[in-house]
Amino acid sequence: MGELQLNQSLINKARNAAEKIAEQVDAFIMPRSTVTIERTALRLMGIDGVNDEEIPYVNVLVDQLKENNMLQDGAVSWVCKAMITYGMTPQEVAEAANIDKINWEACRSLPNDETEQLGFQLAEAGLLKIKEQQQKRNQMLEKFGAGKKPYLYVIVATGNIYEDIVQAKAAVRQGADIIAVIRTTAQSLLDYVPYGATIEGFGGTYATQENFTIMRNALDNVGEEVKRYIRLCNYSSGLCMPEIAAMGALERLDVMLNDALYGILFRDINMQRTLIDQAFSRMIISYAGIMINTGEDNYLTTADAVEAAHTVLASQFINEQLAFKSGLPVNLMGLGHAFEINPDLEDGLLLEIAQAQMIRQIFPEAPLKYMPPTKYMTGNIFKGHIQDALFNLVGMLTNQGIQLLGMMTEAMHTPFMQDRQLSIENAKYIMNNSRHLSEEISFKSGGKVEKRANEVLEKATTTLEEIEEMGLFTAIEHGIFADMKRPFDGGKGLEGVFLKNEHYFNPFDELLKRDLGLGVERNE
Amino acid sequence: MSSIDFTHIKPYGDTFGDGAVQLSFTLPVPYGEEAKEAARLLAIKMGLDEVQIYHMKDLGEHYTFFILYGKVAHSIDYTKITVAKIETTRLDYYQINEKIKKEIKRKIVVVGACTGTDAHTVGIDAIMNMKGYNGEYGLERYPMIDAYNLGAQVKNEDLLAKAIEVEADAILVSQVVTQKGIHLTNLTELVELIEGSGLRKNMILICGGPRINHELSLELGYDAGFGSGTVARDVASYIVEEMINRNRN
Ligand code: B12
Repeated sequence: MGELQLNQSLINKARNAAEKIAEQVDAFIMPRSTVTIERTALRLMGIDGVNDEEIPYVNVLVDQLKENNMLQDGAVSWVCKAMITYGMTPQEVAEAANIDKINWEACRSLPNDETEQLGFQLAEAGLLKIKEQQQKRNQMLEKFGAGKKPYLYVIVATGNIYEDIVQAKAAVRQGADIIAVIRTTAQSLLDYVPYGATIEGFGGTYATQENFTIMRNALDNVGEEVKRYIRLCNYSSGLCMPEIAAMGALERLDVMLNDALYGILFRDINMQRTLIDQAFSRMIISYAGIMINTGEDNYLTTADAVEAAHTVLASQFINEQLAFKSGLPVNLMGLGHAFEINPDLEDGLLLEIAQAQMIRQIFPEAPLKYMPPTKYMTGNIFKGHIQDALFNLVGMLTNQGIQLLGMMTEAMHTPFMQDRQLSIENAKYIMNNSRHLSEEISFKSGGKVEKRANEVLEKATTTLEEIEEMGLFTAIEHGIFADMKRPFDGGKGLEGVFLKNEHYFNPFDELLKRDLGLGVERNE
Repeated sequence: MSSIDFTHIKPYGDTFGDGAVQLSFTLPVPYGEEAKEAARLLAIKMGLDEVQIYHMKDLGEHYTFFILYGKVAHSIDYTKITVAKIETTRLDYYQINEKIKKEIKRKIVVVGACTGTDAHTVGIDAIMNMKGYNGEYGLERYPMIDAYNLGAQVKNEDLLAKAIEVEADAILVSQVVTQKGIHLTNLTELVELIEGSGLRKNMILICGGPRINHELSLELGYDAGFGSGTVARDVASYIVEEMINRNRN
């Protein structure tokens, strides 16, 4: 495979700076937890369902503990105390709390070691369910093989899970490898996870555990027929990032969008909240063997793809280091980038190749998620189909891991069934026709492509050193990514962040850290 | 073709009056001869003659996709067409500021947001932010305009509250997500809120987005609507002229 001569010492510098940035962020995260992390732990203990007002029981519990100033001890700790005091299962505690039948004060006197012993038991049982799903995935991958890269990734977004299934199964028969169920507009900002199968959404479908189950079964069934393992993708993002990670882990999702920076910049979620949530969610994701997708590609929808190319790379370095901090192996890092340069630009294709090839070489083992043109797609579907074709060619030329297929109707609506078929046909044609092209290519030394790649790398390194200097939080306040400025205390969800106290107990956190080999520092 | 009959306008392929159209769609029926016939019959019902199904594809799950051509039997009387348009003169940045200074004699106040659960900011930013769009400055740059851009995911109530707080002359609403008509629900809700508050008369209410046009906006109870490709001066020209007109009356 032809390689660009990239300045290796810059790559090292950039990575070092990103590592320092991740350490600073991690130091901020460690002493803190959030309402959704607590709810995640309760979900993994087996608490499920909603009350008469459709409020999930895990929310009922966490809200009660918060009101009573008890949440700093960790929700698991109190639920275990109540279990012992009342002789109940976790679910029974939740349902009793819902009708104010738990006197939390009466549970206080129980000794910690007793509750913690119970907590660890429950946590082990909870994590075992995730392990079983991971084993099942591995078995199926062994049976069918992992498939050729790049994986063809398409979205379904009808708003109705049953309609999504029809669209997804058709896409699989047409050749799709990954099905992503896009979420409805409202979901990111909900501080609870809706319940049950849903049939109404806008621009996407609610992520609920039941919807995950339904889609998982549908894909397993059609996968058996076509003799391929079909990967399922959803969003571990928004205000319930870790809860959805847990649901995804339990329902054997294979890929999850997981990127705090996306939430901060594009959904106005508070940065403290979502970075804390991300760290915990990524541990679950790591443990479950799920691949993450990060959202750097989106920066280029608000900022210019030529001018802001280095911010994509800088952010990828940071995401890589933050992922390491949560124990995620490189082969599960689907770092995001995109083909978003203005198509009117002369030699724009060269710049796209430079970016894609550079990223390929800097993160050689990461699968990489390559996003298609979106911003410069127009109502001219005929031209759009060609833009997507160029994108597919660059994906092949630079050995991307996941090719998120562009739709010629991108500027109009979420995909119709035929849009997806045409798009898969486009991709298959180009990929088959140019399967070994990258092996035949070498880049001109000192040529336009190589120069451009090194320029972007240099700028990214400088940016990372600046961020290291001021810290990630301040950098975001200054609008370093996507031309968007977000304040440290602004946005949604800050009220859900709290400092853990010295008795804080979350057995999942401890077991995950132990299993993932992340230095266990309890109650620091 | 000097003698085109504008009272009978038809599509054109390569022979005047041939009525040639191209069409594609999916039917929820399994791939096969019956599917093809169904597509042909449907095209005939749509008013096409000489229907040719040039491509059909099995989409799986008993769905079939078609690409077809035909000749449309119908025609349109072009001379009778009327379209609701914004009739204001399009001024530039300098002219607009001048006109505000001279004729309104104070800064005008504009509040904008992308409302509801819609998170798209690029459109409203293109109109409002300093930087603007397509080489045209945004409203924030105009010395004679006080522009407040609240961003995206803004509740209608919050937008109205801000407009009241700063005594806005105009409210600018952006809607980009249109799936299942969510933009219509959202836009209607805002109109109702403002009417409920009794302030409708004092405000110029404008909406915009890629699926918005002026006619639709009027139907929804807005004063004006702007679609793809709009720049700040289009909107500013309209606001200024409308304010002056309203003052006169
Ligand atoms: C960029 C983009 C994004 C970015 C937005 C970043 C940001 N901060 O804005 C990101 C990646 C975050 C995003 C997210 C989503 N997106 Co989006 N996105 C786009 C994209 C690619 C371009 C839109 C854009 O920026 N256009 C450029 C601007 C300048 O154009 P514009 O908005 O039309 O604005 C102009 C005019 O309309 C007008 N105008 C606009 N507003 C106003 C207001 C006033 C008052 C006036 C006067 C004029 C005016 O003036 C502007 C300048 O000329 C389009 C596809 C496309 N190519 O159009 C999809 C698209 C709009 N997105 C879509 C969807 C569904 C979503 C999601 C809901 C997907 C999901 N389920 O997660 C989420 C949004 C979640 C949410 N809560 O809303 C769909 C909408 C489908 C539909 N018709 O309903 C599209 C069409 C893509 C698709 N085919 O699915 N998206």
